[in-house]
Amino acid sequence: MKLNLSEIRKDFPILERETRAGVRLIYLDSTATSQKPLSVITAMDDFYRRSNANIHRGVHTLAEESTALYEGAREKIAKFINAASARQIIYTRNTTESINLVAYSWARANLKQGDLVILTEMEHHSNLVPWHMLQAERGIELEFIPVTEDGLLDLEMYKTLLSRRPKLVSFTHMSNVLGTINPASEIIRLAHEAGAIVMVDGAQSVPHFAVDVQSLDADFYAFSAHKMCGPTGIGALYGKAALLESMPPFLGGGDMIKEVKLRSFRPNTLPHKFEAGTPAIAEAIGFGAAVDYLSGIGMDNIAAHEHEITEYALERLEEIPGVKLFGPSADKKGGVAAFTLEGVHPHDVAQILDRDGIAVRAGHHCAQPLHEKFGIQATSRASFYMYNTKDEVDLLVNGIYKVKKMFG
Amino acid sequence: MDDLYREVIIEHYKNPSHRGKLDPHDISFADNNPLCGDHIQIDLRLDADGFVADARFDGHGCAISQASADLLVESIIGKSLEEVKKLNKESVLELLGIDLGPVRLKCALLSLKVLKAGVYGLGEASDELVE
Repeated sequence: MKLNLSEIRKDFPILERETRAGVRLIYLDSTATSQKPLSVITAMDDFYRRSNANIHRGVHTLAEESTALYEGAREKIAKFINAASARQIIYTRNTTESINLVAYSWARANLKQGDLVILTEMEHHSNLVPWHMLQAERGIELEFIPVTEDGLLDLEMYKTLLSRRPKLVSFTHMSNVLGTINPASEIIRLAHEAGAIVMVDGAQSVPHFAVDVQSLDADFYAFSAHKMCGPTGIGALYGKAALLESMPPFLGGGDMIKEVKLRSFRPNTLPHKFEAGTPAIAEAIGFGAAVDYLSGIGMDNIAAHEHEITEYALERLEEIPGVKLFGPSADKKGGVAAFTLEGVHPHDVAQILDRDGIAVRAGHHCAQPLHEKFGIQATSRASFYMYNTKDEVDLLVNGIYKVKKMFG
Repeated sequence: MDDLYREVIIEHYKNPSHRGKLDPHDISFADNNPLCGDHIQIDLRLDADGFVADARFDGHGCAISQASADLLVESIIGKSLEEVKKLNKESVLELLGIDLGPVRLKCALLSLKVLKAGVYGLGEASDELVE
């Protein structure tokens, strides 16, 4: 079903603002964080106006309400990625914390010196640094699935690496720079055949297309609310129940315990075992509202719209002399267009586009090794979501021509 | 804002007058701006009285970082190290002739941080050097 863009845009109050007098915002930075629909903003506002209380254990009306809202959101999130049960959804601060939870809890309990972890060359720093830290602490080994010139994972090399019997394979479902949508099912199946546990960084996938953690057979799946119309400060880790059960707690404190003695404690059951302290309650409720919003539009409809916009954007950007695009063709990627413009630093491109209200990101996008691989320091990146239009792509293209003229 | 890409900045970016390295040199220091990977190296040669006899910068980055490095290096030739130590954020903004937001200020001040870290003989180009 084709999206009704004018209706969708009305859901996002920020899209009406001007960045300067007479200059309307053209938001092309959803890969960094998405904008928020009114339903999400209202859900959090309502919570603070009506129901605010700490969750669990309280018996008064507000505590009951806030607990029901908080846990209700977890149910929605579980359903959204087709988890078998809501207790397999651990609230975290974001994808980064979800990955760190696995690195601290599962990996420190299961990996020893010399054990191999396979990552890829297109990972975000959040799926690199936790493993660097574990390498320094434990002496684990790291190998990387190479990225080909056209921005795809080299699966032949992956198969060769798997013969070394890795304990863990952790990879991004969709690259935040190249936009590449990796063949997750195949990567996971091959890893399981080699006896490895698999974690997927879903920060860019869950917001943009339908993800089914059970059909993927992922062991862990990490994602953030703020990239999928939800608030900042909340994310989730999905895990297979048996794995989560077997893992030691991550952070210690209130809520994660069943019983505490002066010299000992018994951890709580899932998912609370991993949720120490008062969590981001309003944000969790906002996360639930975001999932409702996305489900209401339909993930397949969102994916189809983004594909159309991306295809158009790549075509138009390619026409501009001096523009070099990174990543695969539109059929293999999500709504991301990272590019360089000959003779102009990406920061200057972004700054000059900002004069016309066009928000794109410039830098290494927390994927420095990937940029090094392509022999560049930085790129400018335009990214698209369900609220972006072809007109906005045209304005971006006009803006880049202005940059060229200025530096010409 | 519209002054951000004043002709003088684009000109110094495209045709810097003091780009390069000095060999031999008395002081050399380099550092990055982690935000965007801008890189600046500054080499100084001093005369017998301790004044800057010659100075060059090298590196890569955005127009703001590279133009400010070129302008800064140009401005310190003939100055004493004591005078160089007194340079601050305002000195660079004056050279550029523009006002900058917090993000781009980091680009503009990288060269001054590198210069002062070199002159003070420090291991790292910290933000405090340009306050």
